[in-house]
Amino acid sequence: MHLDALILSRLQFAFTIAFHIIFPSFTIGLASFLAVLEGLWLITKQSRFQTLFLFWIKIFALSFGMGVVSGVVMSYEFGTNWSVFSAKAGNIIGPLMAFEVLSAFFLEASFLGVMLFGWKKVGPRLHFAATCLVALGTLASAFWIVSANSWMQGPSGYAILPNGHFVATSWLAVIFSPTMPSRLTHMVMAAYLTTSLVVGAASAWQLLRNPEPAESRTALLMAVGMFAIVAPLQLLAGHWSGEVVREHQPLKLAAIEAYWTTKTPQGLTLFGLPDRDARKTHFEVTIPKIGNLIEGVSPTTALKGLDAWPRQDWPVVGLVFWAFRIMVGLGLAIIGLGAWGAVQGLRRRLFQDRWFLRAAVAMGPAGFVAVICGWITAEAGRQPYTVYGLLRTDHSMSPVGAGQVSASLAVFMVVYAVVFSVGVLYILRLMAEGPIAGAAEPVRGDRAPGTPLAAAPDQDPGAPIPPRGGGQ
Amino acid sequence: MTLDLPLIWAVLIATAVGLYVLLDGFDLGVGLLFLFARTDQDRDVMMNTIAPVWDGNETWLVLGGGGLLAAFPLGYSILLPALYLPVTLMLAGLILRGVAFEFRLRGRDRGKRFWTLAFAGGSILATLAQGFVLGGFIQGVTVRGDAFAGGPFDWLTPYTVLVAVGLVAGYALLGAAWLMLKTQDDLHGDARRWSSIAVPLVGALLAGVSVATLLVHPQIAARWGVSWQGLDLARLALLAPIPLLGAAGLITAGLGLRRRSHSAPFIGGVLVFLSGYLGLAAGFSPYVVPYTITFRQAAADPSALGLMLIGAGVLLPLILGYTAFVYWTFRGKVTPDAGYH
Repeated sequence: MHLDALILSRLQFAFTIAFHIIFPSFTIGLASFLAVLEGLWLITKQSRFQTLFLFWIKIFALSFGMGVVSGVVMSYEFGTNWSVFSAKAGNIIGPLMAFEVLSAFFLEASFLGVMLFGWKKVGPRLHFAATCLVALGTLASAFWIVSANSWMQGPSGYAILPNGHFVATSWLAVIFSPTMPSRLTHMVMAAYLTTSLVVGAASAWQLLRNPEPAESRTALLMAVGMFAIVAPLQLLAGHWSGEVVREHQPLKLAAIEAYWTTKTPQGLTLFGLPDRDARKTHFEVTIPKIGNLIEGVSPTTALKGLDAWPRQDWPVVGLVFWAFRIMVGLGLAIIGLGAWGAVQGLRRRLFQDRWFLRAAVAMGPAGFVAVICGWITAEAGRQPYTVYGLLRTDHSMSPVGAGQVSASLAVFMVVYAVVFSVGVLYILRLMAEGPIAGAAEPVRGDRAPGTPLAAAPDQDPGAPIPPRGGGQ
Repeated sequence: MTLDLPLIWAVLIATAVGLYVLLDGFDLGVGLLFLFARTDQDRDVMMNTIAPVWDGNETWLVLGGGGLLAAFPLGYSILLPALYLPVTLMLAGLILRGVAFEFRLRGRDRGKRFWTLAFAGGSILATLAQGFVLGGFIQGVTVRGDAFAGGPFDWLTPYTVLVAVGLVAGYALLGAAWLMLKTQDDLHGDARRWSSIAVPLVGALLAGVSVATLLVHPQIAARWGVSWQGLDLARLALLAPIPLLGAAGLITAGLGLRRRSHSAPFIGGVLVFLSGYLGLAAGFSPYVVPYTITFRQAAADPSALGLMLIGAGVLLPLILGYTAFVYWTFRGKVTPDAGYH
């Protein structure tokens, strides 16, 4: 019974946090993008920046709302499902989260109101300031939550009291724990890339239908610039993060690379099916001896394999192994897309290269998949611990029964399925409509007055798919 | 000078929760009344009165939860498993109504109708669930060895049902009075009617909940000097200003309605909530988990409380400042043609 509630709680946490991370990884980047657009508009007075701003702010509002409500869930789940973790690590995790609320959530929530509804109430400069503060809030939020998570990955600056509770001995060491700087860099860049992939895909979609609009051209150029510059940097940040993992979580590294035994030097397994019970990788494609090179250590250094730890301390090797490979594969594909776009841009053929535009559309969701896979690598790779090496997951759980947890899991699955499918439908609908040049203010009906669409009948007979759960 | 950190944090978190109840109270209240509006245009205006501020209002709930974890981890780790199901239902309700703000605008016919219902239904669900959380908290939590040791449905009793219904009436009063403040013409008239129904209802339920609360736990009755042996008038007199404040609130709201004031009903509603909140606090303090764990026993390590106090000392005044700025920016009546700006 206890094990059932444990597995259900883990499933619920995995489900709710995977759902949640989709939205921040998009809105962190989108908030910054909006601030840049509004700034460019204020400086250059060019209407295309205004049009783009007014278009993307609608999508921002939809996504931000979903991020907020799924985030509130997280702040209570630590207590409902992981109360022993909360009691033991509350002295450390609690303040980090409290700082997130105080420095980020209030800032975002309050100025979002001004950003969305204050257009006529405040002047353009104050409105721009509100946009910048929302963007700043999203980054502050990322800072604190990655700080809290990094402390769980590689705790530092703490002591353990006789009753098993953690207390901070150095707050600087807690906030900037060893894995934090690399993981924060990696996450913020991931958010920027995720956003630029979505912006690129939506713009490419418009350009495939009509290659003329200046708005979509500008947005695509900005997105391609982002891929071309940030994607290679992200590879470096990822490598940095990997080095930190090697130093502080060698067991996780062994699982990521499916090193079953300690070797000097290790090989590099590209693909295969890791099997924890057989302690080997089936159908593996391995390049011998270059593992050390990839990890950036000398060929004479022994890299520990899973056999260096007892079996009950291993994470689920196959999950971590594959999540990591999907993330890296997508990262390389994004670098490729950036290089392709940069070359075509320099040859002034970007908007005519229909294959590039199609590829950009296809890569639209790649950032989300990569972010989720990256977090699976990080979180599943931390198992079987909540606080790495110190507090086991099965000792972190609330005294609640499987019945309650299955009920809450079912509730969240149904509610999130409705919210997610309808939310994505509405966002895709807006993207299909595209930026409407000449819209002078953020009209927040589903179609702006004064546009051809305003006269269209409300129920489009050729409407693609009715919203799921939309009927009564 | 040494600061009494646990006490400061107990006051801060109590204030955050109190602010949450008042602020999200009126916007949840607007949701409770949503289906009673006559037209879709009225519903648009109702939503517009709270759209710029609801997110900030709800953040006080996150601060309440996150702050409880940070300042009183033991309290957080006992209360949330104890209130597992109502908290889950509250979150589900808040999700549905939260996304409805944007989704309702984007939906076409069926979508808009669905999100109208979701906004009202989510608000009702969240309010009822908060009532069960509050009732379950006041009636006390079974604790053994610093952990929750009760059953999954401990929070569901006749007392908690009464509290939940009372909270629905209370939020509806705040919502109706808020709408009187922010709207005009027909909708204002409807809001006035809703308020005049809510005021006597809140009065009756407040009295009912007060009496039931005295019966639900001997500790509370003793605190108020009420027992089968008679009344301890000295104790009662000490706390008497609290129910008097509630009565003053009801009278302010009632007279305001009669005199066609736009603002007095809201002020009255706020006073009623203040009275209810202080009345409950008088019953359960100093417990953070009634009636076993005090806020001192549950307090986090002094290093955590101290660091957070520095942060809160800098950030809370800023937060209150820009929250006031946002309310000031969106002051005045919301008209249908003003739309979403």
